[in-house]
Amino acid sequence: MAKVLQVTNLRTCFDTDSGTVRAVDGVDLSLEEGETLGIAGESGCGKTVLALSIMRLIPSPPGRIASGQVMLDGVDTARLSDEEMRKIRGRGISMIFQEPMTSLNPVIPVGEQIAEAVRLHLGLSRKDATGKAVEMLKTVGIPSPSERAKEYPHQMSGGMRQRVMIAIALSCRPRLMLADEPTTALDVTIQAQILDLIDRLKEEAKTSVVLITHDLGVIAEAAQKVAVMYAGLVVEYSSVRELYYEPRHPYTVGLLESRPGPRGKGARNRHLKVIPGTVPNLYELPPGCPFHNRCNVVMDRCKMERPEYTEISEGHYVRCWRISP
Amino acid sequence: MDFWTRFKKNKLALGGSFIVVLFFVVSIFAPLLSPHDPGEINLQNVLAPPSADNPLGTDELGRDVLSRMVWGSRISLKVGFASTGIAILIGIVLGAVAGYYGGWVDSFIMRAVDIMLCFPTFFLILAVIAFLEPSIWNIMAIIGLTGWMGITRLVRADFISLKEREFVQAARAIGAGDMRIIFIHILPNAMASILVAATFGIAGAILTESALSFLGIGVQPPTPSWGNILTAGKDNIDIAWWLSFFPGLAILLTVLGYNLLGEGIRDSLDPRLRG
Repeated sequence: MAKVLQVTNLRTCFDTDSGTVRAVDGVDLSLEEGETLGIAGESGCGKTVLALSIMRLIPSPPGRIASGQVMLDGVDTARLSDEEMRKIRGRGISMIFQEPMTSLNPVIPVGEQIAEAVRLHLGLSRKDATGKAVEMLKTVGIPSPSERAKEYPHQMSGGMRQRVMIAIALSCRPRLMLADEPTTALDVTIQAQILDLIDRLKEEAKTSVVLITHDLGVIAEAAQKVAVMYAGLVVEYSSVRELYYEPRHPYTVGLLESRPGPRGKGARNRHLKVIPGTVPNLYELPPGCPFHNRCNVVMDRCKMERPEYTEISEGHYVRCWRISP
Repeated sequence: MDFWTRFKKNKLALGGSFIVVLFFVVSIFAPLLSPHDPGEINLQNVLAPPSADNPLGTDELGRDVLSRMVWGSRISLKVGFASTGIAILIGIVLGAVAGYYGGWVDSFIMRAVDIMLCFPTFFLILAVIAFLEPSIWNIMAIIGLTGWMGITRLVRADFISLKEREFVQAARAIGAGDMRIIFIHILPNAMASILVAATFGIAGAILTESALSFLGIGVQPPTPSWGNILTAGKDNIDIAWWLSFFPGLAILLTVLGYNLLGEGIRDSLDPRLRG
């Protein structure tokens, strides 16, 4: 199968007054057609910057893509002109943002916001685009879509607005959809509905999805592959199943242990484990493995050399000296 | 509470809009409302006090003051709207470009604003009019071309904060270009404050036009304008008070009306700004 997305050694830097921040520091990812890739990690580990780098939407200056390659359906996006890239956004890749409250334009009716994407890329007339918008609202499960299309974002609830965002993102049937914490701002019941919706629609539109979240539960539910990020690096990448049953990187192990498990024997007395410390300051990353100062199995080598990204079994990559010396 | 509910509760704003609408109606129906031809000279009846035939008296050539003021309201409105329109157009384009793109474009435009603000506007207008023919078109243009700085700053400030909002990012993510983002996505969000500034701008422009006409370098006689009726009034103030009182009152009421309206709109859009 064709790789919809292939990211090779991507580095994104921000040049600030107090130094260069390497927010994404050598990320490799690939995604096949119809797959969902979950990207997990703490706040500030570069998940959103990675998504924006793929979209080529990093504000520049201060941001820049320092090296690496983003291949979209076999096309290197760095070679495209700004205009060509603009045409790909919304048509080839689309994006859903974290805050449905603020990512819709408050002064434009939602129907028109969906129609805008359609008109920009599919060249439909205003009337056809409005029809398409109503159809999309129906697809994402908004009742009485033709009336709702005329409403403004403030007349809708958070869950509904996120549905509208999904409608916009999928209106042109893109090859790839980046969902940046699509459910973080929503309450749990709505979260499940939105995840189901994304899952259902991606099947219909044959869209691949990159699902960014800090919630491993969400990834377990919706993704097939998962990449765990830490301080701008992918530290572990594998199928969801393998990651949950055989996590290898100490950071992944820590993340999984820090989640509440199902109720059962012994669950009552089990305290949640925490990973001591916080994500290192990206201005002064320690040499070696960025996780070494929080790692419980740290070795001397970890403090000196950055671990290689190695395939330890079929489709399972880890970046740790313990696992792959 | 929405805009209209708040606006309707604001008595002063309602008063302001009443005045504004009243003068609008007067200027639209000027030919029907004026009892006499505003240019009709009657040397038998100069400087006549208010009477049944001339409700606001006559001027030094025996022309009916009410008729001249009714026709003069057209000038005031035309100048107010046209010059504010010019100022707003310039302000929106420059402010949007400065705020959206930032960097050296922004610095360049804002320095231009600073330079323009260094000139005492009124004297700049006087100087320019001295070279040009003082026609109503030149007045509109010059008031507009010297009045865009405040709006530019306002629009720039709005754009700087709005362009960081997530919906702008989202618009980029669906492939909208810069022009589309500026004019379709950001500008409508900045419209509220532009509207308020425009209302105040109209009041200022009307005042400037009256002052220029009063000084004799604005609208030229025999075309009636509130300002040049006042000039005649100044020469005869000891014997014909009505000649300066009524045009002065009209200017006062119009400017007051637009200012109250502007303030009302501002307070109703954002009650937190009240003060």
